Amino acid sequence: MAEVDVLIIGAGPAGLAAATSARRAGATVRVLEASDESGGQFWRHLPATRPAGDEQRLHHQWQRYQQFRSAVDADPALTLDVGAHVWAIEHRDDGVRVNVVYGDVDGTGRRRESVTANGLILATGAHDRALPVPGWTLPGVVTAGAAQAMAKGERIAIGERVVIAGAGPFLFPVTDSVQKSASTVVGVYEAARIRRLARHWLTRPWELRSATSKMAEFAAYVGIHLRGRIPYRPGWGVVAINGTDRVESATVARLDEQWRPVAGTERTVPCDAVCLGHGFTPRLELAIAAGCGLSRDRFVTVDDGQRTSVPSVFAAGEITGIGGVDLALAEGEIAGWVAAGGAPSDSQLVAAVRARAAFTRFARRIADAHRIGSGWTDWLEPSTMVCRCEEVDYGTLLAVRRDTESVGLRSLKLTTRAGLGLCQGRICGRSVECILATDGVGFADGASTDRRPIAAPIRLGELSRPPNFVDDDDQSTTTSEGKSV
Amino acid sequence: MSARAVPPAQDPVRPHPAAAVEIEFEGRTYRGVLGQSIAGILLANDVVDWRTTSVHQSPRGLFCGIGVCFDCVVTVDGVSDVRACQRRVRGGEHVERQHISPPSPSQEH
Amino acid sequence: MRIVVVGAGIVGAACARALTGAGFDVTVLERGAVAGGTSSSCEGNLLVSDKTPGPELDLAVLASTRWPQLAVELKDQLGDTFPSIEYEPKGGIVVAYSSAGADALLTFAETQRQAGVRARTITPEEALELEPHLNPQIAAAVHYPDDAQVQPTIAVEALLASARKAGASVRTGERVVGALRDASGDRIVGVHTDHADHAADAVVNAAGPWAGEVAALLGAPVPVLPRFGMVLVTPRMSHRVFHKVYDADYVGATQSGDADLQTSAVVESTAAGTVLIGSSRQRVGFDDRLDVRVIAQIAAKAIALFPFLEQAQVMRTFGGFRPYMPDHLPVIGPDHRVAGLYHVTGHEGAGIGLSVVSADILLAQLTQAVAPLDPTPFALNRATLAPHLKDAA
Repeated sequence: MAEVDVLIIGAGPAGLAAATSARRAGATVRVLEASDESGGQFWRHLPATRPAGDEQRLHHQWQRYQQFRSAVDADPALTLDVGAHVWAIEHRDDGVRVNVVYGDVDGTGRRRESVTANGLILATGAHDRALPVPGWTLPGVVTAGAAQAMAKGERIAIGERVVIAGAGPFLFPVTDSVQKSASTVVGVYEAARIRRLARHWLTRPWELRSATSKMAEFAAYVGIHLRGRIPYRPGWGVVAINGTDRVESATVARLDEQWRPVAGTERTVPCDAVCLGHGFTPRLELAIAAGCGLSRDRFVTVDDGQRTSVPSVFAAGEITGIGGVDLALAEGEIAGWVAAGGAPSDSQLVAAVRARAAFTRFARRIADAHRIGSGWTDWLEPSTMVCRCEEVDYGTLLAVRRDTESVGLRSLKLTTRAGLGLCQGRICGRSVECILATDGVGFADGASTDRRPIAAPIRLGELSRPPNFVDDDDQSTTTSEGKSV
Repeated sequence: MSARAVPPAQDPVRPHPAAAVEIEFEGRTYRGVLGQSIAGILLANDVVDWRTTSVHQSPRGLFCGIGVCFDCVVTVDGVSDVRACQRRVRGGEHVERQHISPPSPSQEH
Repeated sequence: MRIVVVGAGIVGAACARALTGAGFDVTVLERGAVAGGTSSSCEGNLLVSDKTPGPELDLAVLASTRWPQLAVELKDQLGDTFPSIEYEPKGGIVVAYSSAGADALLTFAETQRQAGVRARTITPEEALELEPHLNPQIAAAVHYPDDAQVQPTIAVEALLASARKAGASVRTGERVVGALRDASGDRIVGVHTDHADHAADAVVNAAGPWAGEVAALLGAPVPVLPRFGMVLVTPRMSHRVFHKVYDADYVGATQSGDADLQTSAVVESTAAGTVLIGSSRQRVGFDDRLDVRVIAQIAAKAIALFPFLEQAQVMRTFGGFRPYMPDHLPVIGPDHRVAGLYHVTGHEGAGIGLSVVSADILLAQLTQAVAPLDPTPFALNRATLAPHLKDAA
């Protein structure tokens, strides 16, 4: 027997929406969040020890988040465990089991627990995709998400003169956050060219009517750029980052339709920080461990009730498709309701279902407009690090593939060491796959860099001690160390 | 040009005063406020690298900021492989740079 | 003479190299990717220490001299830019922590010495000198200088790259679905795959744990079954483990046919600086889904051996299927039921180490030359296999 009706992994927008929705449908709910605060990346905020008078100035839909927090605090049937690290999911014949360890990130001596539930909702989100660029390992180069996390979560400016580069609308809120952190954004370089942007953003304008909030947001960003005189350059990218021990400048260049740098257009931009954000990679490892099927685009496939291919396992948010906060909230609401026993056709879900449709269309626009161009590897040099953890450079990847003639991703990883370091391919994996896949043909072994049976590091000492199995019959072990938020 | 904390007096969010904390890193004491991560305190003091890679001995610091890249790992109070961007400081932590050389091959006995 | 080798793991790669080296025209058929099976899911053991005196130990002793030569040959052939196979003659240390374990270990070591293995019984103090981070409550320890390690995936790629240079053809993504037989039906004259027919004068089944499946498809069933094992990998850390170190329990585990979960502590560093921690043995068919109970047991036993591992992180895990025969000896040689068919499989947990000498034996059998070791104990028609062997179709 399971301890709760609905277990949710991730307390970002999708997870919070799922939790409150499942409660409305009458289920008991438990949310596991690895960070020590809820909110995910979108509502990354200052901790309780650092109160501020006007924190909402850094956020969008802040009131929505406060509502979620109040709902969580007030409701004894909704438990939010922070500092809860899901390090593995077992998918055995007797069902899906969630393995958690409680305490500090990378702590020691943490308590281990093995949890089951009637319904499991995966809302693990995504992380930035940062394409390798010569010089990108210099201190001062961070992802767009890192700049956001530091600005919103710690009030840290990663530099005084910041270059922001990559692709996608996320570059706008990052610019805003950096500007609000007493730094200057010296330029934003969007790889997609103006014609492509116009083609995907301006067509079928009637679809955007249901996304009016996004249009208002966009208008605000335009204002920020105009007022701050921050150049926004579509069809440009950072093709090299320069400096000895830290960032001193970025080399930007025009990119063609396939993102190949156009020779002769290079310019040097003095800066002390560069933020890279070429879109997002969904965090799929727990979904894969639970046995969920993936689409060809490598997202978790779900039906109209956010059900995955595994009975009683649901998915919501970025892992079903990169669609931003509004899509995550809609999917979360639907997943929570259905996981609690409701139906997607129930009247309580009408608004969420409509929102999901509208923002799915919106998400497709983003994907089409800002899709990574196949020519990006042209800006790599043989010495450019591709796997940051194991320091595997572009030249090595190509040489090993040539010398071994390998078409197996597993073998290539083990032979080059790409993807075998601490991050287990989270940062480099998709890029390594691009580089090593021969002529667009997939790998012959069906391997993927998204698969990680160990989803978070666990100390051997912690692993060696028996877990507190949590079920109906064992009340004494149900106290969790996390606090609700 | 540097990484730094947003000066509270200029900060549009109007922060309230927060409790001070200290950490020790490479023989120096760094001050921050309760609630900051190790990475946050170091960056606030314009320390932008706190790890040295094994093969090329390159400096690394913050990269992804959300705990997925593991570039920022440090040793805290003797425990290795702690993500600096995710570990909130309680005060008094002894933080060490990680620099792990690959093993030299063993000699035949 | 044309040879088809089925399977591009360590054994298939070793056979391809040996056979092309002797002038055969070799085609390797692999249903997935090179080294995509067990060979990329193991530790790369080249051990003499864990083998009971007998034919398998004899193979291992021969292998221990063959591998260092091979490492040099491959480096010369492939050059310095080809990734290193990381051959490391690091030596092994087996430790017992109970008096019963100590007795068993010391007795075992003596039998191995009789069989020509360098097995040095050492004092606990000597053991701690060799391995300062070992749990010091040592009851007995034996040092095996001839144990070594290799990076198994790179070894496979290197063997195949060498074979390719000598003219071997390697076809990936191609699955064998049946045999081509001559008019009488008693001789195999090639294989039928999902892509093409390949005529051959001899077919070598080197499909590891899937050799049973391949043999059945070829109409000559062979009772090789998988035995699943998991390994934990730590992040890179300062060098604290200098040999392959294992608990005396390990020997018991390799020699047993018990169906239940068996775990024992096996710890070693790699050239990359990570620490590999095993091991487990389970008969769960081809089910490689994570079972936390198994890795928890491995973790506990590893900490008992090296207390510092308590703080080490598990960064990743992998698991592989060891191909084992019911009598725990590999099969190397012709199929007595079907002329032209050969099997080189069933090496259980010793495939990496024994691959090359197995290939040398196969070569001798194909050329009617004198094998480096008497192949009789590895014959498919040996008495201990008879109860398990079906007739060929």
